[in-house]
Amino acid sequence: MANVFTSIGDWVNERAPNMMPAYRKHMTEYYAPKNFNLWYYFGSLALLVLVNQIVTGIFLTMNFNPSAAGAFNSVEYIMRDVEWGWLIRYMHSTGASLFFVVVFLHMFRGIMYGSYKKPRELVWLLGMLIFLALMAEAFMGYVLPWGNMSFWGAKVIISLFGTIPYIGGTLVEWIMGDFLPADATLNRFFALHVIALPIVLLLLVVLHIAALHEVGSNNPDGVEIKKGPKGNRWDASKPADGIPFHPYYTVKDLVGVGFFLLIAAFIIFFAPTFGGWFLEHDNFIPANNLATPSHIKPVWYFTPFYAIVRMIPSFLGSAVWGVIAMFGSIGVLFAMPWLDRGKVKSIRYRGTGFKVALGLFVLSFFMLGAVGAGITAEVMPVWFGDIDVTFWENLFGRVMTAVYFGFFAFLWAYTYFGWEKTKPVPERVTTHD
Amino acid sequence: MANEVVDHGRRRFLTATTAVVGGIGIVSAAVPFIKSWEPSARAKAAGAPVTQSLAKIEAGQMLTVSWRSLPVFVLNRTPAQLATLPMVDSRLVDPKSNGASSDQQPKYAQNEGRSIKPEWLVIVGICTHLGCVPDFVPEIKPEPFDPNWKGGFYCPCHKSRYDLAGRVFSGVPAPKNLQVPPYHFIDDSTIQIGVDPKEAG
Repeated sequence: MANVFTSIGDWVNERAPNMMPAYRKHMTEYYAPKNFNLWYYFGSLALLVLVNQIVTGIFLTMNFNPSAAGAFNSVEYIMRDVEWGWLIRYMHSTGASLFFVVVFLHMFRGIMYGSYKKPRELVWLLGMLIFLALMAEAFMGYVLPWGNMSFWGAKVIISLFGTIPYIGGTLVEWIMGDFLPADATLNRFFALHVIALPIVLLLLVVLHIAALHEVGSNNPDGVEIKKGPKGNRWDASKPADGIPFHPYYTVKDLVGVGFFLLIAAFIIFFAPTFGGWFLEHDNFIPANNLATPSHIKPVWYFTPFYAIVRMIPSFLGSAVWGVIAMFGSIGVLFAMPWLDRGKVKSIRYRGTGFKVALGLFVLSFFMLGAVGAGITAEVMPVWFGDIDVTFWENLFGRVMTAVYFGFFAFLWAYTYFGWEKTKPVPERVTTHD
Repeated sequence: MANEVVDHGRRRFLTATTAVVGGIGIVSAAVPFIKSWEPSARAKAAGAPVTQSLAKIEAGQMLTVSWRSLPVFVLNRTPAQLATLPMVDSRLVDPKSNGASSDQQPKYAQNEGRSIKPEWLVIVGICTHLGCVPDFVPEIKPEPFDPNWKGGFYCPCHKSRYDLAGRVFSGVPAPKNLQVPPYHFIDDSTIQIGVDPKEAG
C-alpha cells in the first residue's frame, strides 16, 4: 500500500516538481510565532465559514428560484418541503451573521496588536477589500429571499447612490434595472451573489494569505520573530520563536473550530432567527412595494454604518453627506497603516492614550449599532420618561459618530506629534522556551 | 534572420499602440454589458398613466394608488388640515417649494398646498432621503417624534417628517419636499396620474 502512494507521489512530483515545496512553504515550513493566543482563532474560523457559505450556498441554489414572483415561495419550499432544506438554509443564514462576528473580531485583533503596520500594510489592505466584498455579498444575499425587509433594504441601500449629485437618479435606475427593486434587480443580485462576488472573495482570500506568508505573522507582542535569534528545532536558519504552522497551529485551530461549531450548532438548532437579529421578523412577509415595514433596520452587522447615515442631516439641499460619512467610516479603516505613525505595534507596550481611545472606539461601534438597530429609540422613553426622543437620539448618535471618527484623528495626532509614551518592547516573544 | 540591432523606439511604439487599440476594444466591448443593466423595454413600457376616481375618498381620508409601481398618495384634506399648513411654515426647509424643492412639483402645483385643488393632495409617497414609504400620521396631537405635531407624514426608516402638503421639516435627513407627480382632473371626481393638464388639453 505504502508503495502505491509513494509511486503516485513520485509520478506527480516528476511532472509538477514545485507542488510539494509550495505546500511546505505555506504549511509545514511556514514558521508562525509561538505565542498566538485566543485572538488568533478568527482568521481560520473566517475561512471555515467561507467554506460553509459556499457549500450550503451551492445546495440552496439547487432549489431557489431567482424571480420576484417565485423567490419568496421557493425559500419557504426549501424550509418546508425540501428534505433537510431548513438545515441547509439556517446554516447559510447563521453562517452569514457569524462570518461578520469572526471578521469583526479578526479586524479588532489586527488593530489591537498593530498587525496593519509595516511591513503588513498590504495584508491589511487586502483584508479591507475582503471586508468590502463581504458586505456587498451579504447585502445581495439578504435581498434574495424577497421578503419585505429584503425589498426595502435593497431600496434604501441602492438609494444611497441616488444622493450623488447629477448622476444619482440615473445610477439608481441602472443598478435596479427598473424604477424600483424588481425582477431585474433580483436576478442580477443573484448572479452577483452566487458567481461574481464569491470568485472575487476567494481570489482576495488567496492574495490575503499569500501576502501574509511573504512577511510572516504578527503576534500579541508585536515583535518581528524574523529579526530575532535564528535556529529552532526544525531549521537552524529559521526564527527561534517560530513553530511550523502545520501541525502546531492546524491542531490549535481545530480546538477553535470545535468550540465555534458548538456555538453555531446551538444557534442553528435552537435560535436560528436569533430573536430577529439574524433573520428579521419583517422578512417573513413577502415583498410589498406599497408598504414599508414599520421599523426598517438592516441586519445587525450593518447597523453601526447605517446609524452614521441617519445621524448626518441633509445640507445644501443634498443628502449625500450622510452617505459620504458612511463610506468614510469604512474608508478611514483602509488608511489605518498611515494614520498610525507609532512604531510600537502591540497594545501591550503602547501608551495609555491608545488603550483608552481603542476602548472608546469599540464602545462607539456598539452604541452606533444600538442606534442603527433602533434600541436607543426604544429604551430612551422607558429610562427617561417623557422626552423628545428624536432630539436625544440624534444627539447621542452624533456624539458616537464623532467618537468613531475621533479615534482615527486622535490616533494620528497622538503618534504624529509624539505624545505617546510607550513601554520598552522585548527582544523576543515573551513566552519563548 | 536575427536582427543585430534592436530598435527600441519602434518596439515601444508597437507596444503602446497595441495596448491603446486593445484598451479601446475592451472598453467598447464593456458597453453592451453596462447598457444591459438599464431598465429594459418591458420595464419602461410598464409606466403607463393611471386613472383614479375620487368619489369614495371622504374628507380626511387617504388612498394609495400604484403608478409606475410607485405608491401615490391621494389625500382629501379637511379645512382644519389645510389650516395647519401656514402654522408649520417656520419649521420647514422650503415652505414655498421654490428653493431646494423647486423641481419637486410641476409648476401648476407650486403653491402653498402643493396641489391643483387645495383639498386634493397628490404626491409620490417616496421619502426624498432614501426612498422609503412614509407613514400617514394625520392626527393633530403630540407624537413621540414631535411634540408639536400638526399632522403629516413620518418616515419610519430614518425619521424624516413632512407636513400635510408633503413639505419636509428642517433637521431631518430628507433634503426635499415629497414629489408631486404630473396629474390632472378629468372631471370633478376623477384624476389621471402621469399626464399634465396641458397634455390632456
